Amino acid sequence: MSSEATDPRSSLTGAHADAEDLASASRQTSVYVYEVPVRLWHWINALAILTLCITGYFIGAPPPSMQISEATHQFVFGYIRFAHFAAGWILCIGFLGRIYWAIFGNHHARQLFYVPVWRGSFWREVFHEIKWYAFLTDAPKKYVGHNPLAQLAMFCFFTLGVTFMIVTGLALYSEGLGHDSTLFKMFGWVFGVFGDNPHYLHTYHHLGMWWIVIFMIIHIYVAIREDIMSRQSIVSTMISGHRTFKDDRPD
Amino acid sequence: MSQIETFYDVMRRQGITRRSFMKYCSLTAAALGLAPTMVPKIAHAMETKPRTPVIWVHGLECTCCSESFIRSAHPLAKDVVLSMISLDYDDTLMAAAGHQAEAALEDTIQKYKGNYILAVEGNPPLNEDGMFCIVGGKPFVDQLKHAAKDAKAIISWGACASYGCVQAAKPNPTRATPVHKVITDKPIIKVPGCPPIAEVMTGVITYMLTFDRLPELDRQGRPAMFYGQRIHDKCYRRPHFDAGQFVEAWDDENARKGYCLYKMGCKGPTTYNACSTVRWNEGVSFPIQSGHGCIGCSEDGFWDQGSFYDRVTDLTQFGVEANADKVGMAAAGVVGAGVAVHAAVTALKAAQKKTQSKKEEV
Repeated sequence: MSSEATDPRSSLTGAHADAEDLASASRQTSVYVYEVPVRLWHWINALAILTLCITGYFIGAPPPSMQISEATHQFVFGYIRFAHFAAGWILCIGFLGRIYWAIFGNHHARQLFYVPVWRGSFWREVFHEIKWYAFLTDAPKKYVGHNPLAQLAMFCFFTLGVTFMIVTGLALYSEGLGHDSTLFKMFGWVFGVFGDNPHYLHTYHHLGMWWIVIFMIIHIYVAIREDIMSRQSIVSTMISGHRTFKDDRPD
Repeated sequence: MSQIETFYDVMRRQGITRRSFMKYCSLTAAALGLAPTMVPKIAHAMETKPRTPVIWVHGLECTCCSESFIRSAHPLAKDVVLSMISLDYDDTLMAAAGHQAEAALEDTIQKYKGNYILAVEGNPPLNEDGMFCIVGGKPFVDQLKHAAKDAKAIISWGACASYGCVQAAKPNPTRATPVHKVITDKPIIKVPGCPPIAEVMTGVITYMLTFDRLPELDRQGRPAMFYGQRIHDKCYRRPHFDAGQFVEAWDDENARKGYCLYKMGCKGPTTYNACSTVRWNEGVSFPIQSGHGCIGCSEDGFWDQGSFYDRVTDLTQFGVEANADKVGMAAAGVVGAGVAVHAAVTALKAAQKKTQSKKEEV
């Protein structure tokens, strides 16, 4: 980091810093983890999901009837549905772009799409992280990417959850386009999987929303908590892309 | 049943003029949504083709399909039964009874092996060797298999034959089973509904006679021309849906104004049928037009989708009254509370650690 500054003291002396700060600053390192497409996708995706949850809830349980004008000139529920479909397409295309980046980006970009279940060390470290969350150990380990527990949770809640929502969502959307649409030809099979009555798919898509809401609660809590409690940066990493570490102990 | 007459022969014998016959062909073409150029084809088919023998069997059912069928206006059910098809066996509509009726069934099967259409109303219950439905002293499932063996094609009339309907609703004590799960080696066309629309029933028969093939079917085996769109897609109250104007209670002003019944549990958005276009009783009305939401009677397992008056399916796995929203909200609440507790413990632990390290310093 800042390799052009030969001596950190020279640039920091004017700042409010004591000798310990300066020594610490000279030891700090950072790793570039999240590249621009990943960060951009993260925040666009977050906005899309928020929009989808709110509008999706209203589609299932519409807001109170509004008498703004004649039905011909009023399109309240239509706009709610439009926002849902538009955000859905952004989520869907964004997810495809994210898969593209998992292939062509750096190796951290791949972490979201697999769980190394075959690796014993992975499961040991998952267990260690669980102990950390259960207050049974004093300090977590340092990780450049996701910690193993986070990787597991991300994969189950987010990757699988969003894939499910995209597939079921496109199937439901294709009904509106009609049975003769290309999209229905691509996703009509989904209805057969969940029972011939389309009502089942509506219900499962609805439950899927709550799955994502639970993910959001945990994700935001854990990101903030880790940012404070763990030994590395979390929240700012998704803004700047750099992972910084608070200490330089090896383990 | 010596020489099978053509349709045209029958109609002329009944005193129908050539002119009326041509009018009838045009009307049928219009009812099927066919181009005017198809009218001569229909006429030609009726002049040359012998009437198709139809065997109509009744399993576990309520006869609402037959009741609907005989009310068809375009074409008239009378025309279908007396002029278009040769309805050789239908224990509800035929004059014969008892042994005579059963003999007519055997006659038809023997005489037209591989050439008759089998129309099934209702379904066979399979528990207790099929003893819950006895026809002519034998389980209905036997009669169905016997009649299906030599049939050219099978029409599954109504929700019973197509999906199982009320007798197959959970827990389905008689194990009532839809036709396509019992007969697996014949082309089957499903015409679901409880009952199906009369004009849809006669329309399907007319199509099969005219073109001598099944109409285009969708993924589930329903004729696409009648089940290709949802009630919701062609509902005349759709503008109120898009506007966000809903009936909030059965006796409110919005109900009087004819707003959308979505919040009252209308199943129009998940139901494929022609009610909102063809309508019922010669196009007089259909449930939504009469102020009641669609109950989704032409969809699979419509009795098991929770209340007719709820949007979201009840999830019986989570207790009697739980639905997707309640389950989801409860789960999110538990997780939220868990997060709050965890955050509190984290803060306490951190504070404790701080005081300890301070003490150590001192």
